[in-house]
Amino acid sequence: MPVGTGDANALAMSVDTATVRHIARLARLQMSDAEVAATVPELNNILGWVEQLGEVNTDGVEPLTAVIDQQLRLRDDVVNDGNVREKVLANAPDAQHGFFAVPKVIE
Amino acid sequence: MAELTSLTIADLRDGFRSGEFSAREIATAFNEAVAAARALNAYTVETPDDALACADAADQARQAGELKPLSGIPLGIKDLFATEGVDTTSGSNILKGFKPPYESTVTRNLRAAGAGMLGKLNMDEFAMGSSNETSAFGPVISPWKRNDGGNAAITPGGSSGGSAAAVAAGLAPGVTGTDTGGSIRQPAAFTGISGIKPTYGRCSRWGVVAFASSLDQAGPMARTVRDCAIMLEAMTGFDPKDSTSLDLPVPQWEAGLSGDLKGKRVGIPKEYRIDGVPDEINALWDRGIEWLRDAGAQPVEISLPHTKYALPTYYIIAPAEASSNLARYDGVRYGIREAGSGGLEGMYAATRAAGFGAEVKRRIMIGTYVLSAGFYDAYFNKAQRVRALIKQDFRAAFQQCDLILTPTAPSAAFGLGEKMSDPLAMYLNDVFAVPASLAGLPAMSVPGGLDAQGLPLGLHLIGNELDELGVLNAGLAIEERAGFTARPEKWW
Repeated sequence: MPVGTGDANALAMSVDTATVRHIARLARLQMSDAEVAATVPELNNILGWVEQLGEVNTDGVEPLTAVIDQQLRLRDDVVNDGNVREKVLANAPDAQHGFFAVPKVIE
Repeated sequence: MAELTSLTIADLRDGFRSGEFSAREIATAFNEAVAAARALNAYTVETPDDALACADAADQARQAGELKPLSGIPLGIKDLFATEGVDTTSGSNILKGFKPPYESTVTRNLRAAGAGMLGKLNMDEFAMGSSNETSAFGPVISPWKRNDGGNAAITPGGSSGGSAAAVAAGLAPGVTGTDTGGSIRQPAAFTGISGIKPTYGRCSRWGVVAFASSLDQAGPMARTVRDCAIMLEAMTGFDPKDSTSLDLPVPQWEAGLSGDLKGKRVGIPKEYRIDGVPDEINALWDRGIEWLRDAGAQPVEISLPHTKYALPTYYIIAPAEASSNLARYDGVRYGIREAGSGGLEGMYAATRAAGFGAEVKRRIMIGTYVLSAGFYDAYFNKAQRVRALIKQDFRAAFQQCDLILTPTAPSAAFGLGEKMSDPLAMYLNDVFAVPASLAGLPAMSVPGGLDAQGLPLGLHLIGNELDELGVLNAGLAIEERAGFTARPEKWW
């Protein structure tokens, strides 16, 4: 896939109210029209500032995935906890009959 | 006998062991100081009974001859460490009333070492902020004041602002902090104390409320370098419950302390001389170089060519990870719930709108955007590639030097309200701290002096992977020479 100078063009975009509404929906954040309008220039300011990364030549550079080199460990495939339903539910805003209760999802 | 709340952890430990005072006397003195300092807003929860119970256990242990490393020492705990049965809100309304049914590994380790808890410390919401002003509990007020005769409220820095203010004001001899992009080091610098972020993976992240998991790292903040070493030893250690925990023995950092830097090369990165930084900051940096030279080290100029890209890289990666980590706050399992309209999804969106503050929402939005379909490669992957280059810069630099010295922050503490209207100006505060975070390296701030306004300034040491001892020793060499004894005058 194209990297390096190609990214500079890819970064040169700005968000509008429709994009902000879409992102807010993906992030599950309810926003009023006024909040959406206020968010547009804020995001564009920050996105405009991070666009300077387009100047950096990253051709052939792999994205960093582990900041300190180490092997992912495997653990034994055994049950190591459980039987703590009361504890799991203790902080729930609405716990009923030993379950988390949520608004109805099936009519 | 000196006032107990003005003593270091090492002095308290040694005085307690020799029988000069009891653990109960220590805990009582700090409990009283905490209760008398509510004007600082440093603690969100006070746990005097916990401190006393641990003190009584320590007094009994001393009688029985069963002392532990931190027996008799009460500590403050940043409010994003899960503490069993004690409110853990991470400075957010969305976690209001959350009482974890479990204890974080770091606080469990500290308790196993004999420490007690004075309370939970205020912080920027989910550790997102550099001034403690994003906290749902309101900002912490620094114990420091400018010497201009005015009464302006000063920030203690952030996100570990409550932690920093507590140590500076004598409300705890030591505290836990966490550092994602400078959140231990910048507040330490702003309040005239020391703080170290160890190598990524040294301290377990288990039970630490997650912000940006590839960057988050816990560490101690205290009055002295020795105190930081003592606490760090008790906090660190391999934890199978954290997939990135380093499976290494815990070094004896306190026993290894030495301010003798003979044969050490100290790198001075030329890219850290940036425009707009006050002369006082650069002058302190120059003094720091001379102090390290006096300790036997040899300064060498180094280059970290991608320094200017560290902040924009961080402000893609950290929000991206945050937007993912904070997806868990949905009004179902813990915290608050708002019914909203529109069924389950409406409940999620209403709960998150009501529970998160403005800066957290801003970062969730940025993070969601840079991870969204069509933009992931242009933003997130690009940032991870630049992060690899920043890491490579440090690898190359540590071929030429053993340690790196820089200022901790580009200014002294600012007044509350001075930067809240401009997110980018706030982000620039961490310009010197963020590169080491992106590279996972150990780094520490130690006090270097006061600026013309009478506010503390810090010097910043960055070490190679796993070389916390090198960082602590250079910090000690500066501490021995800076003669920093200034304390805030009590007004609270």
